[in-house]
Amino acid sequence: MTVSKFEYYGPSTIEETCDLLEKMGEGAMVMAGGTDLLVKISRMLVAPKVVIGLKKIEGLNRISFGPVKGLSIGATALLADVAAHPKIKKNYPALAAAAEETANVQVRNMGTVVGNLCNGAPSAENAPALIALGGQVVIMSSKGTRHLPLDDFFKGPGITAIEPGEIVTAVTVPPPPAKSGASYRHISARGKVDISAVCVGVMVTMDGQTCKEARIALGAVAPIPMRAVEAENMLMGNRVSKELIKKAGLKAREESKPISDMRASAEYRKKMVAVLTERALTEAYERALKG
Amino acid sequence: MRHDITLRVNNDTYQVSVDSWRTLNEVLREELNLTGTKRGCGTGDCGACTVLVDGRSVNSCLTLAVEMEGREITTVEGLAPSGEELHPIQKAFVEQGAIQCGFCTPGMEMSALNLLGKNPNPSEKQIREGLSGNLCRCTGYTKIVEAISVTAGEMKKTRKK
Repeated sequence: MTVSKFEYYGPSTIEETCDLLEKMGEGAMVMAGGTDLLVKISRMLVAPKVVIGLKKIEGLNRISFGPVKGLSIGATALLADVAAHPKIKKNYPALAAAAEETANVQVRNMGTVVGNLCNGAPSAENAPALIALGGQVVIMSSKGTRHLPLDDFFKGPGITAIEPGEIVTAVTVPPPPAKSGASYRHISARGKVDISAVCVGVMVTMDGQTCKEARIALGAVAPIPMRAVEAENMLMGNRVSKELIKKAGLKAREESKPISDMRASAEYRKKMVAVLTERALTEAYERALKG
Repeated sequence: MRHDITLRVNNDTYQVSVDSWRTLNEVLREELNLTGTKRGCGTGDCGACTVLVDGRSVNSCLTLAVEMEGREITTVEGLAPSGEELHPIQKAFVEQGAIQCGFCTPGMEMSALNLLGKNPNPSEKQIREGLSGNLCRCTGYTKIVEAISVTAGEMKKTRKK
């Protein structure tokens, strides 16, 4: 691999990592699984002087769930482990599906959910599901810890709210609300191998037959993973029906702002937003009624 | 800065001195002469470089050698340590005609090993999903899937005995 040359550090604590980041300043980059960063380096899109690997930090790959605290996924928890985790499959099936449908077997054995978010791709598979579920990132630096809703995390293609000297140590998700259901749907030209052309994450919370709350997040159809707020408003406070779900899908289509690129045309993406949103809402609604 | 590390590959121990930016793929092929592991795309798309690390399949082209200290690495050479008797997966690949040009074969076999380790009795769909990170430019997928299916069957018979 014709990669640019960099120094490597493998600190064993978060404190040490933050100190290193501060000391090395610009030109130092943090690496979890490396499946995005090393590709970017070999394509000469970035040229870090220092790479700080997080894998040696004990406990950073931890996945924990409690009915009150909710879910926490550490920065080095693998996509494969999130996809196969029994408590995530049971309590957050939409998230397990998103992790399972990210990239291919080998990349899931190396890459992480948090890394997928921090890479900041508009198409990040795990972003729509986690945004729909009300996820937050835990950001640490030598100055302290802050919690940021994922709604405010993405700033542009490849750009996130992470400031110099900061690292994301975990993503957290509140416990699923009573009578709620969530779903993740995506489509790409070549099955599992390819990055999503469109991905959709939704969560609905019901009160009888009425939708109390709806969250719809769309990926790969705007510069950042986006909420379809008007579609959400169509659902909230109303009696859910097949027709209403279809209308919400069409509204999400209207709200999306896709571009044409090598993965799909803008026109196709818009059509798929309507289809996938409708399917995801239908599944989330059915799950909510069972829950 | 170079890093002196201990690599465990196919139950052998190697002391190597590597630059920070060297990939496991480069070190296996160029330092340890284990050239069974191929280098294809170099970006984690083709799977020709697949090896197992602690029993899980990874792309050695996207793995820094310096991070491999203390991990158990298995390459295609580790499938047939004697160099004579083939692993059941290799035998099935030969007998089912699953090898054309052969460049993808080591990676395919390591992905098959990863899959059968987790799921000894996979359906055709599961085999295809298990190979989602491996490309065959000869497009000989059907025979590869059949070979893995045959291996699963053989392994089942062996277990029953």
